[in-house]
Amino acid sequence: MKGFVDPGSVSTESVQVLKPDGTLVPDHGYDIDLKEEDLREIYRVMILTRRIDQESTNLQRQGELGVYTPALGQEGAQVGAAYALEPQDWIFPSYRELGFAMLRGVQPSHILHLFRGTWHGGLFDYREYCIAPYAVPIATQTLHAVGFATGAKIDGTNTVAITCFGDGATSEGDFHEACNFAGVWKTPVVFFCQNNQYAISVPLAKQTAAPTIAVKALGYGFPGVRVDGNDVLASYVVTREAVRRARRGEGPTLIEAVTYRRGPHSTADDPSRYRTDEELNTWEALDPIARFEKYLETEGVLTAEFKEQCDAEGREAASKLRKEIVGAGPLDPNLLFEHVYAERTPNLEEQFAQFKRDQEGQ
Amino acid sequence: MPTITLAQGLNEALRYCMQRDDRVVVMGEDVGKAGGVFRITDKLQQEFGEQRVIDTPLAESGIVGTGIGLAIYGFKPVCEMQFDGFTYPAFEQITSHLAKYRSRTMGKLPLSVVVRIPYGGGIGAVEHHSESLEAYFTHTAGLKVVTPSTPSDAFALLVDVIEDPDPVIFLEPKRRYWIREDVELPVTNGDRRKARIVREGTDVTILTYGPSVRTVEDAAEEAAKDGVACEVIDLRWLNPLDLETIMTSVKKTGRAVVVTEAPITGSFSAELAARIAEDDFLSLHAPVIRVGGYDIPYPPAKVEDLYLPDLDRVLDAVDAVLNY
Ligand SMILES: Cc1ncc(C[n+]2csc(CCOP(=O)(O)OP(=O)(O)O)c2C)c(N)n1
Repeated sequence: MKGFVDPGSVSTESVQVLKPDGTLVPDHGYDIDLKEEDLREIYRVMILTRRIDQESTNLQRQGELGVYTPALGQEGAQVGAAYALEPQDWIFPSYRELGFAMLRGVQPSHILHLFRGTWHGGLFDYREYCIAPYAVPIATQTLHAVGFATGAKIDGTNTVAITCFGDGATSEGDFHEACNFAGVWKTPVVFFCQNNQYAISVPLAKQTAAPTIAVKALGYGFPGVRVDGNDVLASYVVTREAVRRARRGEGPTLIEAVTYRRGPHSTADDPSRYRTDEELNTWEALDPIARFEKYLETEGVLTAEFKEQCDAEGREAASKLRKEIVGAGPLDPNLLFEHVYAERTPNLEEQFAQFKRDQEGQ
Repeated sequence: MPTITLAQGLNEALRYCMQRDDRVVVMGEDVGKAGGVFRITDKLQQEFGEQRVIDTPLAESGIVGTGIGLAIYGFKPVCEMQFDGFTYPAFEQITSHLAKYRSRTMGKLPLSVVVRIPYGGGIGAVEHHSESLEAYFTHTAGLKVVTPSTPSDAFALLVDVIEDPDPVIFLEPKRRYWIREDVELPVTNGDRRKARIVREGTDVTILTYGPSVRTVEDAAEEAAKDGVACEVIDLRWLNPLDLETIMTSVKKTGRAVVVTEAPITGSFSAELAARIAEDDFLSLHAPVIRVGGYDIPYPPAKVEDLYLPDLDRVLDAVDAVLNY
């Protein structure tokens, strides 16, 4: 009917720089401004992320972590996007963003203490790495990113915020509110959605009737872009453009990185209940590291020696992680009463005294 | 000495803080040109500009959530909820993040955010505009909860909470927005972290706060005519609670009545009654009696008077503890 806009007219294509076989897409339309050392650094962090992710799953299986949410298969999306940021740009993550943290050099055990049940926010220095603590309530962190970036804008600094979340998160009201606020305020923020096809067991088709997640951005008055999330270079270039737009004062961008969560939602989940082996195999064949590796080898950037160096670094980091986690004791329980308020209230003071008496009694 | 309303006290407090600290920003629905539906932010945008007095889109979770982000950046946001009943969309941001951020980051990312909420009934409003929310927030670790009852307290307490390093839920008794007091601004005298003894007495302690303080004052006046001396205490801070003032009074009178508008089951008045009984059972000559709203949805305007504690209900409770 006249005047009706048809969602079917929306393109569902993704930006791709590397084909699944690792060869360059001839007219991908982006400037690849990465030098050899950049390419190697991206590769190194991807390998490190996968290794640490695997070790974390192992640690959970051995009872050292209460739970873990693997990022397996999403390393390309994450490390590519993270590489497009400046060190002072803030990241507002959910709980599956290991690649971002690895690129910033966060000590993995400092994150995993969250999953071990040592401390809710993990133990890293958020301000040093410009990463907010993992947000578990879905989509809530998107608003924090918008607020933070609004602060940067008021102050006239050049800082950008990026917020990471899953496809399921786009169903939450906070995602909508965050996009809407950012659109109206032209906030220097990047919405980085990893569409890994599932929110626990629920497939994307049950989250949204929209043809893509990226197209939702149009409703908020800013651009959206769909990118092959298993193509680290594509993830890098679209995020770089989104970050540049933000820094130039042109406002937010929504990126939909199409990828796949190859592991379980969390170590407590059994994906065989809701997805097939064939589907998993299809996506395994699209592995982001294998694709990038082929490209780097063809370009002569990846020597056997460097590869071995990365593997060795991964092994070392994993064993260091293991040492730091296995048997790590709980924190001083008195800390529970320490940071509820800037100073303990009289009521807490009383309860704290009782708590200590209760501990001594045991 | 100029006469100001409670609403003006709040407005002047915001102005005062914004002049002294350029990190203070005000945000909410209609807070800009309109000055807020109750005019609490009147003319602030004119004075401080659109970047510091921010008209937000209409979304309460968004207001508190972006306020949290601004606080992580380093600003001190004062978020306005337009009405009590429209705070619920922000509940997740308040309870899961605002209240917990300091603790989960071990003090590294504390959030100095104030959420102002006009609350309570008595203005003949349509549904969702007359709720008493305090129990939700006093029940949530990490939040402070404050409610003024006079224009001078409105000014002083709002200044105090904006400077506070912790997140504060600031409950404004909306039916008292227009009460007046002669006040010299800025108000600096007195320790307003302590409860206010509104009226001294020896027979019964009446604990109350926010919109109910006026009602209780009137009741105490009436009781005095019958020779009953009520000690009226306005709590001001529900968390942290000034238990010392409360217990000193209860020890003296041996009888306590708690008066609030909120439905009494699971209410903050229940907490007060329990604390008094736990801390000084032997001083009590009678059980603590609570006067509050019934456990029904807040009623329509034509019958809200039947719901709100009034003079008679307060006096009945005073009689009950005296004649126990
Ligand atoms: C507000 C909220 N509701 C429910 C949950 C429980 N939950 C944890 S993860 C999850 C699925 C999230 O899916 P998605 O946003 O796609 O991210 P992914 O886990 O795939 O990375 C759910 C329902 C939660 N953490 N927060």
